[in-house]
Amino acid sequence: MTALTHDSASGGPPRPRGGGVLGRDDLTAPAPRRPRRRTRTEVLLFVARHSIAIALSLMFLAPVVFLVLTSFMTSDQSLTSNLWPASWHPENYADVFTRTPMAKYLLNTAVYAVLATLFMLLSSVPAAYALAKLRWRGRNLTFVAIVCMMMLPPQVTTVPLYLMWANWGLTGSLWPLILPMLLGDAFSIFLLRQFLVTIPDEYLDAARVDGCGEWRALLRVVLPMARPGIAAAAMFQFFYAWNDYYGPLLYTSENESAWTLSLGLASFRSLHAVQWNLLTAATLLTMVPIMLVFFFAQKAFVQGVTLTGVKG
Amino acid sequence: MAITTVGAPGTTPGAPPARRSAPRWWRARERLTVLSFMAPALIGLALFLVYPLLASVYFSFTKFDLINPPQWVGLRNWTFLLHDPNVRTAATNTLWLVVVMVPARMLGALGTGLLLARSRRGAGIYRTLFYLPALAPPVAATLAFVFLFKPGTGPVNSLLAHVGIEGPLWFNSPQWAKPSLVLLALWGIGDLMIIFLAALLDVPKQLYEAASLDGANAWQQFRAVTLPAISPVLLFAAVTGVIQTLQYFTQAAVAASVASGQATTGGGISSTFGYPENSTFTYPLWLYVVGFRYGALGYANVLAVVLFVVAITVTAILLRRFRTFLGSER
Repeated sequence: MTALTHDSASGGPPRPRGGGVLGRDDLTAPAPRRPRRRTRTEVLLFVARHSIAIALSLMFLAPVVFLVLTSFMTSDQSLTSNLWPASWHPENYADVFTRTPMAKYLLNTAVYAVLATLFMLLSSVPAAYALAKLRWRGRNLTFVAIVCMMMLPPQVTTVPLYLMWANWGLTGSLWPLILPMLLGDAFSIFLLRQFLVTIPDEYLDAARVDGCGEWRALLRVVLPMARPGIAAAAMFQFFYAWNDYYGPLLYTSENESAWTLSLGLASFRSLHAVQWNLLTAATLLTMVPIMLVFFFAQKAFVQGVTLTGVKG
Repeated sequence: MAITTVGAPGTTPGAPPARRSAPRWWRARERLTVLSFMAPALIGLALFLVYPLLASVYFSFTKFDLINPPQWVGLRNWTFLLHDPNVRTAATNTLWLVVVMVPARMLGALGTGLLLARSRRGAGIYRTLFYLPALAPPVAATLAFVFLFKPGTGPVNSLLAHVGIEGPLWFNSPQWAKPSLVLLALWGIGDLMIIFLAALLDVPKQLYEAASLDGANAWQQFRAVTLPAISPVLLFAAVTGVIQTLQYFTQAAVAASVASGQATTGGGISSTFGYPENSTFTYPLWLYVVGFRYGALGYANVLAVVLFVVAITVTAILLRRFRTFLGSER
């Protein structure tokens, strides 16, 4: 705050500002300090801000638009520099399923993502509860270990873990990626713990006074209140598994029947020389389920993203 | 507060009197309760963190592959590290990405976050539009970008040609491949932006009012109010950004494979790693090639241990913050 007082020494008259961060408290401020008029500068600022925002929106959107357009072209046209389909071929989307094992990839990916998410919740919610709401010796050390594990690049532990799963005969399948979720996922534990910490202890105390055991307190009191946090953690896990490329590449690359969408998509070119129309259709199909999940639970998800970066 | 936790047994009012007379038994019971919550996670930590780390260090002094058992070779793998030209290329590329991609993403996310924090009207739509690309599966996003930036007939170079600019070869040029990956990373800044936006909206408005009354202009307000207030979030983002970039694998592997145009399968994808001219050959790619293509598992563990030391050093910055956070709690 010293910087602030330093700045104040430079003086200068207070200037009315509109539409900025300050503008946000117009609604709550009891009385405006000075009458507000939209000066020309403010209007210009408003226009400039929205022009930038619209331009950025177009840039963020453009790749998807080009993908969609290309996915409806013939394979010959997709090799040209034309941006608009000469004729529309929605059957490209069906072709993706008939000409590649896309359905198999989709099934594998869904099994991986759903099981990983369920297993993660079973193991990580109780752990997060113990880290957030119980007091025990070694709790801080355990939390530090969880953070370390969360930050650890997966490549560090790849070789010993691969050997372990190879010994158990599970390489060539997705189980080395699913089963560990029964033993807690570091990132999910971290996220859930950050969320549970924000639940006031008073609710728990009330339950404990009523003779409620810790497990019942978790199931009856905490779970209903933690629904947004749990939803966010579940979605993160689902998206992670759905998008995962390194894990499936490591464990299933030699067994094509276990491939996921990411792996299949990356190897798509080998099957069909350069069929950009099909490749873009397959790319879009991979994105769709993620987008659907997101739109159904946007609020919880955004809250979860915020929690990963702000708290702690 | 005295009744908050199970850690203070004697004071738990809900406990029947019998418990007070048997404190040791009670403590054991509490420990069991905690264990019933934590057991899976503790086993997980042992099996997937402690064991592989210790095993990595041991394996780094041995020579073995998937068929032959480990055989002690002392420091031979470690001295090879110093003479390995590939590791130098890979580490340089990864360092380039850390130095360019992390700040680029943070600046981009902060810029869009500031823009959204200031424009109330339509902010919801902008936010969704800016955020959505971050959800795209990395493989899909990479494919999309290789297609968009195809030299010759790709939409980007077609549009550039319309305004009379001859676009570069992007993913097919050794000079432009890494910048193209940065553009891809910028497309996905949505998650960072949401985090920054939340932090920006959390800054107490009174601070801005005070600064504004004192005549601070927009830049001065940003320097004196915004930056200090969101600096913890920036630090967190920087640390996690560096860690994520250290493990940068998928986009580099897929971009190289697709841009090279060579036939690849999942198993043989490593043959195109680094295309063009090793410009996208990152450290994790080299680790993967050494371990799973050359089968030199001992040396792969040397690379893993080095990566671990670098990652833990960066994480230490973050943990220091957590330590103060844990200390101040309750």
